[in-house]
Amino acid sequence: MTDEVITMAHGAGGKASQALTDAVFRSAYGGEELDRLDDGAVLDIPEGKRVVFATDAFVVTPRTFPGGSIGDLAVNGTVNDLAVMGATPTWLAVAVVLEEGLPLAELREVVADVAAAAAAANVTVVAGDTKVVERGAADGCYLTTSGIGLRDSTVSLAAERVRPGDAVIISGTFGDHGMAVMLARGDLALQADLSSDTAPIHEATAALLAAVPETRWMRDPTRGGVASACNELAVAANVGVALFEETFPVLSPVSGACELLGLDPLYVANEGKFIAIVPADSVDAALTALRSLEVSAQATVIGEINDEHAGMVVAHTPFGGSRIVDMLVGAPLPRIC
Amino acid sequence: MKFVTEFRDPEAAKVLIAEIAELAADQPARKFMEACGGHTHAIYRHGIESLLPESIEMVHGPGCPVCVIPMGRIDDAISIAEQDGVTMCCFGDLMRVPGGSSTLLEAKAKGADIRVVYSPLDALAIAENEPDRNVVFFAVGFETTAPSTAITAMQARERNVSNFSIFCNHVTIVPPMKAILDSPGMELDGFLGPGHVSTVIGTGPYQFVSREYGLPLVATGFEPVDILQGVAMLLRQLAEGRAEVENQYKRVVRDGGNPAALKMLGGVFELRPHFEWRGLGFIAQSALALRDEYADWDAEKHFELPGVRVADPKACQCGEVLKGAIRPWECKVFGTACTPETPIGTCMVSSEGACAAYFNYGRFRAKKRIPVTSA
Repeated sequence: MTDEVITMAHGAGGKASQALTDAVFRSAYGGEELDRLDDGAVLDIPEGKRVVFATDAFVVTPRTFPGGSIGDLAVNGTVNDLAVMGATPTWLAVAVVLEEGLPLAELREVVADVAAAAAAANVTVVAGDTKVVERGAADGCYLTTSGIGLRDSTVSLAAERVRPGDAVIISGTFGDHGMAVMLARGDLALQADLSSDTAPIHEATAALLAAVPETRWMRDPTRGGVASACNELAVAANVGVALFEETFPVLSPVSGACELLGLDPLYVANEGKFIAIVPADSVDAALTALRSLEVSAQATVIGEINDEHAGMVVAHTPFGGSRIVDMLVGAPLPRIC
Repeated sequence: MKFVTEFRDPEAAKVLIAEIAELAADQPARKFMEACGGHTHAIYRHGIESLLPESIEMVHGPGCPVCVIPMGRIDDAISIAEQDGVTMCCFGDLMRVPGGSSTLLEAKAKGADIRVVYSPLDALAIAENEPDRNVVFFAVGFETTAPSTAITAMQARERNVSNFSIFCNHVTIVPPMKAILDSPGMELDGFLGPGHVSTVIGTGPYQFVSREYGLPLVATGFEPVDILQGVAMLLRQLAEGRAEVENQYKRVVRDGGNPAALKMLGGVFELRPHFEWRGLGFIAQSALALRDEYADWDAEKHFELPGVRVADPKACQCGEVLKGAIRPWECKVFGTACTPETPIGTCMVSSEGACAAYFNYGRFRAKKRIPVTSA
C-alpha cells in the first residue's frame, strides 16, 4: 500500500479499508482468528474458568511520551484491568478512530506498539474495527480496546471481603505516568528524568494470588491515582483507609515536579501499578512474591484498613498530623490516558 | 539543602510541637490569624491544626487572592472571553470560581477559548505565536504575583505585542489586614505574617500591626516546620510581653524585600482609589491598575465590561469566613449546599480557600495528640 495519509476512503468499508486492514493491522498483529475477518471471533472457554470482560478507551496526548505510546497504553490498560480482577488476560479487540490526514507512518508506529505490547502480555488480538472521521473531528488517533481474561472459579476478589486490619500494598512507585505525559506535552518549561510506567502487571497479580489466595481486592490506580482508587474502596467496602505518608514510594523527579506544579502524587495516574488489599499476616508472603518480579520490585505497604472513619481515606503525616484524602474534584490533568 | 525534606523533618517538628505545648500551657487561649491562603492550605495539608494544643486557634484570613474577587469581576472576565477572537489565559484556580451565573470552565465548555497557564509570560508567548488571536491575561494575586505580571507588561511593550492585554485584579495585603483589625468584635492575639508577599514587600509594611495594634507578627514560610516555628515565635513574644515584627522565613524573605521588584511594580502599576473585595466590601487604595503608559495593554480600556456589582447569594457567608469571624464549618451551607463540586462561594472553590482546605483535608476531626513531657 503506497498511501501516505489516512483518507475518508480508508473508513468506507471498501477496497481502501481492506487494503489498510491487510497492510497495517493484520501485518502487525494478525493471527488465526483475526485473519478470518469474520464479524466476530469464536472463542472456546476452558472448563472451570470464568470470563472477565473489560474495556477502555485511549485519547492520550501526546501520542508518544517517554516510556511509551498510546499503543502501549491501549494494550496494557485493558490487560491490567483484567489482571486486577484476578484473570489471565487472553484475547483483545482493538477499535481505532482515525482522523483524516493522519500520516500512515504514524499509524504504523502505533500499531507496531500495540503488536509488541500484546506479544509481551501474551494476549491475542482477535477482533478489530477501523473508522475514519473528517479532519478536525478527532485528534489524530483514538483507540478502544476490549479484553477477555480467564479466571479460575475459585478466585474471589471483592470489596466486601476487605476487613479492618488488612494491609494496603502498592506494587511500586506512583505518579510516574501522569507526570511524564504532562511534561511531555511541552507546555511547561520543566525538564525532568521522568518516564511513564506503562507495563502489563498480570504476572505480578498472578504471583500474588498464588502466594496469597486470601488477597481481598485489587485495583489499578489509573486516572485519579492512588487516592481515587482508595476512595472507591472505602465507599464500596464501607471501611476507613489509612495511608502513611512516610511509606509512600515516589521517585524524586515525580515529587519535585508535583511540588512545583502544586499537584499531589496521590492523584496522579499510573499505568503499570496496582493496589492490593491483603490480610495483615500475609504481608510478608505478598511482598516476597511481588518483589521477585521486575514490574513489582518496589512493592511496599502504604496503609491499612480500619473502621474508625468508614467511607473515608485519611493520610497520616510523618509527624503525627492527619488529613483527609478526598476524591478528585475537577480535571487537573486532562487527557493523560 | 533539600528544603522539602528538611523543613518537613518529623524530629524538628516534634521539638517545636513540644515547645508550643509548653508555652501555651502558661498562657490564656490564643487566636492567631494566618493571612496567607498558602498558609491555610499548608496547615490543613499537613494536619498541623491537629498537632496544636486546644487552646490555640488558627483563624483563616483573606489571603487568598482568588477568594476575594467579587462575582461581578468574574462576569466581566467571562464577557471578555466570550468575544470573538479572544483567547483568555488564566491560572487553573480561576476556572471554577462562580460568577453571577456561570464560570470560566462553563464558558470554555460552551466554546470560549480559555487556556490555563502557569505564568503570565506563557500568555504573552501565546499572543506572539498566534497573532490572529486577541490574548487577554486574567491577572490575580497579591504582591507575590504582581511582579511577574509587571515583567510581562514591560516585555509586551518592549516587543510591541499588539494582540495582548491584561485584565488586572492584583490586590495588596496591608489594607485588608487593617480592615480586619478594625472590624468590630475582632479579637486576635497575633499574625502569622504573609510569606511570599514578604519576599517582595519585606517586613517593614507590617510594622503598623505592632505599633498601632500592639500585636506580634511573624513572617512565616510554608513548610510544616516553618509554620510550627512561626507559632512558637508568636507564643514566645506573648510570653515575654513583646509585640514585634519578626522574620521566620529568613531563607527567602529579606526584611527590605526585593527593591528591584518594588521598582518594577511602581513603574507598571498604580493604586486604584478603591476596589471591591468579596466579603469585605470596598477598601481604599487596596488594588493595582495599569498605569497610563500601559493603556494599550490594559484590557479594561479595550473591552466593554458589564461592570455589574453582583451581590453574594443570601446563603453565602464567605465574607465572614474571610474575616475570620466564623470557621468554615460554622457557615450554614458548608458541606451541604456548598461543596467543592457545587461551590456557592469562592472560599470553597479556590485551592487556598479556607473552606476548601478544611473540606478537603480537615473534615476528619480525630485529634491525635503527641504525648508531651515537660522538658
